[in-house]
Amino acid sequence: MSIPEDINVRQKPAVAATGGSTETILATKQLTKKFGGLTATDNVDFSVDRGELRCLIGPNGAGKSTLLELITGQLSPTEGDIYFDGHDLTDMEPHERMDAGISVKFQSPHIYESLSVEQNLRVPLQRTDRDIEAVLERTLDRIALGEKADEPASDLSHGEKQRLEIGMAITIDPKFMILDEPVAGMSVDETSDIAELIQSLHDDGMTFLVVEHDMEFVRKISKQVTVLNQGSILRQGPIEEIEADEEVRRIYLGENA
Amino acid sequence: MMDVSLPSRLEGIADKLNGPNTLGNSPAFWAAFAAGMVLMLAYPLVQGSYAAGQFSLFLVYGLLALSLSLIWGYTGILSFGQVAFFGVAGYTYAIVSLNLGGAFGQTVALPIAVAVATVSAFVLGYFMFYGGVRDVYVAILTLVVTLVLETFMAQTAGAEWAIGSVQLGGFNGIPGIQNFALGVGGASISLSGSGFYWFVLAVLLLTYLGARMLVNGKYGYALVAIREDEERTAMLGYNVKKVKLAVFTLSGALAGFSGVLYATWGNYMDPSVFTITFATIPIVWVTLGGRESLLGAIFGTIIIERLRLWFSVNASEFAIVFVGVILMTSVLLLPRGILPGIRDIYVFVDEHGVGEGIDRGRETVQARVRTLLDSVGVDVSETKTPTGSEEVTE
Repeated sequence: MSIPEDINVRQKPAVAATGGSTETILATKQLTKKFGGLTATDNVDFSVDRGELRCLIGPNGAGKSTLLELITGQLSPTEGDIYFDGHDLTDMEPHERMDAGISVKFQSPHIYESLSVEQNLRVPLQRTDRDIEAVLERTLDRIALGEKADEPASDLSHGEKQRLEIGMAITIDPKFMILDEPVAGMSVDETSDIAELIQSLHDDGMTFLVVEHDMEFVRKISKQVTVLNQGSILRQGPIEEIEADEEVRRIYLGENA
Repeated sequence: MMDVSLPSRLEGIADKLNGPNTLGNSPAFWAAFAAGMVLMLAYPLVQGSYAAGQFSLFLVYGLLALSLSLIWGYTGILSFGQVAFFGVAGYTYAIVSLNLGGAFGQTVALPIAVAVATVSAFVLGYFMFYGGVRDVYVAILTLVVTLVLETFMAQTAGAEWAIGSVQLGGFNGIPGIQNFALGVGGASISLSGSGFYWFVLAVLLLTYLGARMLVNGKYGYALVAIREDEERTAMLGYNVKKVKLAVFTLSGALAGFSGVLYATWGNYMDPSVFTITFATIPIVWVTLGGRESLLGAIFGTIIIERLRLWFSVNASEFAIVFVGVILMTSVLLLPRGILPGIRDIYVFVDEHGVGEGIDRGRETVQARVRTLLDSVGVDVSETKTPTGSEEVTE
């Protein structure tokens, strides 16, 4: 698990730019995770460019969640390395990765139910040196929960909880946001609220990695898509190509379309 | 800083004391608190030195309860080990103070004893939290450590178990610990009766105010956040293991201080402080008073201990049974504890009026009693349902 000597992670991004003006912000190198005999992530070289909005799709058990948890540090890889914005993340604790600029919204809303909406946002803000009151106001505005600032978070609807958690995740001023199924179980209106929120953050330059099953939503927010299957990358490219791809249709979209 | 006027400086302190993580923040609360403190201060003058000496044990226990409220109520880590740190500090104090002798020996023994408890908590906490021990396993592990200490200390009878000139004494423990004293030779003070009472009261007051500042300060949000959702909190950049270790160590130190005061109060230390009964009692205090309330923890302690004393005089064999009944009743009626319960009632009555408050209270009590009776298989539903027996088996 040591840092390879030939990669000077502090000086430059671990992976060279893929061409043009794009710059890689996240890269995994031969990343493998085994659970006993099961290989959940199999030798994956995956990268995301700065400022990109990438969706990660694939059938259940494809290894999407495992890949996310390897990036956030909830899981440690069996083999391979993860580089992010000049850091070698591989041996970092989750909180150190958040300090490096990653933030995550879990699949099911993880919020502090007994605290008020505003207090939920204060928790992450307490340890940053940002202007707490100003960020608080801006964030409440952004997630459209200003009127419910003093309500207990447990009283929010499912969609509001999801928005609140995204709000909490952006208060730590990340460079890279991971969203695990942000619109699962949401109504059409709630889904389009989230899409707008993601778009506006993306317009401000935030890089996103979004795992999602809802293909309509993926089409709406994303241009670049990676398809995982059985722990490996099956296809990668623009959304139109992916949707036209016969093998992707057969193993994934077929069951969804 | 010098030109800051006193009122505004006091306001600054008040700002630090008040916050969302303590229940009482209003001027009314502080007025009641001050009145309560005056009564507490006057207690020895009214009841006499002997009664004050008796009562000071409850305050010593209050400090132990406060340590549990911080780690369990605020941080969500159920520690059965508070009595272990309590006992370790008590034993250390006994050994050091009796070896060195005199007020000077006691003065040196105090920081050493608290330090030993603190280091013990740090070491145990380090292995638990950095070793990935979580949730109920923390409770099990801390209880096991406590029971191992009981077994170990209980077999230290015999001349070979001596540290310096002090015999550990097995089940009989170490007698002859002096009353609490600080200072050197002629310039020392020894505290007992009313003096000890006031000293412990001051310690408890300062610790309580300090704990309020902690939970309402920058760290307080981290504690509550860890209690509510550990994973989320780590993923917002908090070093959860470190915070947990820090709170566990701090609460071990407080429990240790409490243990030192206990040793000087009773003038002896024995392994009974490591028994499962004694390990459970702090959890009873804190549950009864309200574990998410610092003052509630102290309240619960005084109520339970006062009753235990009364029962042990009047119906000794049933004391612990009565305590159990009181705990069950209070959990049934005020599941969050007495003080948070009183506050909830106050808020409700304030908003909805007394009449509705009484109605609501009656409904709540009826519903809870019915649920309880239902769960033990007594059918109390007004409309008899034939499927009642099946519901019970669920």
